Amino acid sequence: MVELERHEYDVVVIGAGGAGLRAAIEAHEQGARTAVVCKSLLGKAHTVMAEGGIAAAMGNVYPEDGWKVHFRDTMRGGKMLNHWRMAQLHAQEAPDRVRELEDWGALFDRTPEGLISQRDFGGHRFARLAHVGDRTGLELIRTLQQRTVALGIDVYMECTVTRLLTAPDGSISGAFGYWRESGRFVTWQAPSVVLATGGIGKSYRVTSNSWEYTGDGHSLALAAGATLVNMEFVQFHPTGMVWPPSVRGILVTESVRGDGGVLKNSAGNRFMFDYIPDYFRKETAETEEEADRWYTDKKNNRRPPELLPRDEVARAINSEVKAGRGSPHGGVLLDIASRRDAAYIQKRLPSMYHQFRELAEVDITAEAMEVGPTCHYVMGGVEVDPESAAALVPGLYAAGEVAGGMHGSNRLGGNSLSDLLVFGRRAGAAAAQRAAQAPAAPLDESAITEAAAAALAPFAREGGENPYTIQHDLQTTMNELVGIIRTRSEVVRALEQIEELKVRAKALTVEGHRQYNPGWHLALDLPHMLRVSECIARAALEREESRGGHTRDDFPGPEPEWGRLNVICTQDGEGIALHRQPLPVLPDELAEIFEEAP
Amino acid sequence: MTADLEATASKDATLRIWRGDAGGGGLQDYTVPVNEGEVVLDILHRLQATQVPDLAVRWNCKAGKCGSCSAEVNGRPRLMCLARMGTFPADEPITITPLRAFPVIRDLVTDVSFNYEKAGRLPAFAPRPRDADGNHRMQQIDVERSQEFRKCIECFLCQDTCHVVRDHEENKPAFAGPRFLMRIAELDMHPLDTLDRKAQAQEDFGLGMCNITKCCSEVCPEGIHITDNALIPLKERVVDRKYDPITWLGRTIRRRS
Repeated sequence: MVELERHEYDVVVIGAGGAGLRAAIEAHEQGARTAVVCKSLLGKAHTVMAEGGIAAAMGNVYPEDGWKVHFRDTMRGGKMLNHWRMAQLHAQEAPDRVRELEDWGALFDRTPEGLISQRDFGGHRFARLAHVGDRTGLELIRTLQQRTVALGIDVYMECTVTRLLTAPDGSISGAFGYWRESGRFVTWQAPSVVLATGGIGKSYRVTSNSWEYTGDGHSLALAAGATLVNMEFVQFHPTGMVWPPSVRGILVTESVRGDGGVLKNSAGNRFMFDYIPDYFRKETAETEEEADRWYTDKKNNRRPPELLPRDEVARAINSEVKAGRGSPHGGVLLDIASRRDAAYIQKRLPSMYHQFRELAEVDITAEAMEVGPTCHYVMGGVEVDPESAAALVPGLYAAGEVAGGMHGSNRLGGNSLSDLLVFGRRAGAAAAQRAAQAPAAPLDESAITEAAAAALAPFAREGGENPYTIQHDLQTTMNELVGIIRTRSEVVRALEQIEELKVRAKALTVEGHRQYNPGWHLALDLPHMLRVSECIARAALEREESRGGHTRDDFPGPEPEWGRLNVICTQDGEGIALHRQPLPVLPDELAEIFEEAP
Repeated sequence: MTADLEATASKDATLRIWRGDAGGGGLQDYTVPVNEGEVVLDILHRLQATQVPDLAVRWNCKAGKCGSCSAEVNGRPRLMCLARMGTFPADEPITITPLRAFPVIRDLVTDVSFNYEKAGRLPAFAPRPRDADGNHRMQQIDVERSQEFRKCIECFLCQDTCHVVRDHEENKPAFAGPRFLMRIAELDMHPLDTLDRKAQAQEDFGLGMCNITKCCSEVCPEGIHITDNALIPLKERVVDRKYDPITWLGRTIRRRS
């Protein structure tokens, strides 16, 4: 029998970002014995990188804001491919989720009346993002972390789950993993497991995501028999740093544009006026003068095109660079220096000021920033029930970026942090309720033995490649062939390369021993990366249209028929199978919201 | 965000890295190519990818926001993601060692559980009730003091550099370190918090052991004025409340007038 540490819980949450911690807090408060398992130290999860804010129609700045407007903005931003019920719950519950953070110690920036201040962001009709300068993610993670600690919830830090364990009836029985520090194995027996593992960005070369973003939850869910929805939709954030090379991809918050920054090409033109799609024309300013007036008078002016949804802006930047109108290092210019005074910029964007000064030796109060698209977020994810965040596998739940459906084909900025809170809480509640009714099934000892053997296999092989080379090649493949603009021939080539990479990954060799060995850790993350990359490529090949975060050069427009279809991925032996599934139909009372003038 | 595996520029740097574990270890030299604009963490990643795949190092965001990649670079506690290679003399080796105040696990990774234990012992935030309409009302000027401390990314460089514990393991049980004394100050200055935290700061978390040498503020990558804005005001409030009859008298007299 494998030597391992065994634990028993009602609810095990995998991931300690916003969704995971919110789920754990809720499960604990509902009486469940709850554990959080996370790959990094507590408080380091990728949520910490979120800058701009939490979208919630609280109406503190614009009383005419409300859940219906937020719902409408979210659905239109996602090009109507969102699961309507998720978008509705999200818009309705986000304000309460923000308010309760204050009860746990969060300190948001204030309005003159002393309420939570709200800022402008792309695709949102009203100033709606609760924020703390441009470090809102840090505030969110620290608040939830401190609440988790205050409640005494068990946290397994620097611990990686490699398998979900299932009972003979297919339901969840627990999880298997290892301590990164010692390499020793652990099992958690539990009737409910919540996936809150975030995204997949580390499969791309230019990304805002950290090493943790290897698609573990997507992959674990597939392997346990769950389904993924719409994996073709990957968000390339329009503004990542481009220079120097070592920081390429690091996020530059959309708040720069929300607070008055504009995009310019090498000729000094505000090129976004040339890229306003018909879909958003009625609500977008036609002239620079109108756009500039909008910041102070939203009633009589329309939004600047710089604040179109992210997919639109990212494609526009890509086109300008391709047309030879880019900045010296292959991006475009993001200018707030000439439009706002230095004190305002430092007050509103302290992290950006600090980041550019430290990493690029650029003073953003005096010069323009060079920016370009960076892989930021995956809209696709585990297919879940909107009310409970339950996946198709009994006992499995998913919340946050790892879950799919909420954001349709493109996520609006600010809707991620609110998504984490709304569906993290729902997942935690449902997971606790199931645990109260369903006893944990005994763990499958043969599966544990097999999981341990698989984890140790890379040490036993000799003469194989090191895992970093394979990761590097995968990142190149995804970046170049399944990136922001896609065509059939390139995606087909990517799938061929992924098959070769799978073979190479099976033969790789790990040096050293089990104690805190990053090479080994990467070797165990690689199968997840390959599996989700295959899902993205297959789904991108299947969807023959362009919509949101999926642009096909060979099918340049949206197709009404595809607007009613989801692409579902399932695990099929060693590969991925696909099928099309009708989108849930918007009920009439919600459809009416879209008939009103923008 | 990943530095290219194969460096295109042709400048080499020598990194002198501490390698080993709890049982012991020592410095080893590595020669690694460096590109324009790179930081120490980029070079460690290149080293992992090309020469030492099992080199243990913590990191996450690589943008100075998460506080994971703390180490001592040429003896100075700092974040390796913000330590630009161009700021070091090109012809001298750069020495990288693990945080000295914490037990080493392997290579540059240390056991920072001291910090999580201290965090777990702090009495939690205890807010006043919300207003009747379900909102909390606070003025910007009142939240800003605590907001400065909430910029903390928990890199623990201040904990590492604080001389109360840096070479005095025996002080650790009684001393929470600058990060957590600052957390107490943050809660004490929080407009909604209802607990009196002054006595605990002094009696349970060792505020009196801090003799305001400001080493913590000097290494803070967020530029938080830990000593001036958190620790000294907290000390003053403690003194005010408990020990200093002259301050007490002064306050009393002022109140009367």
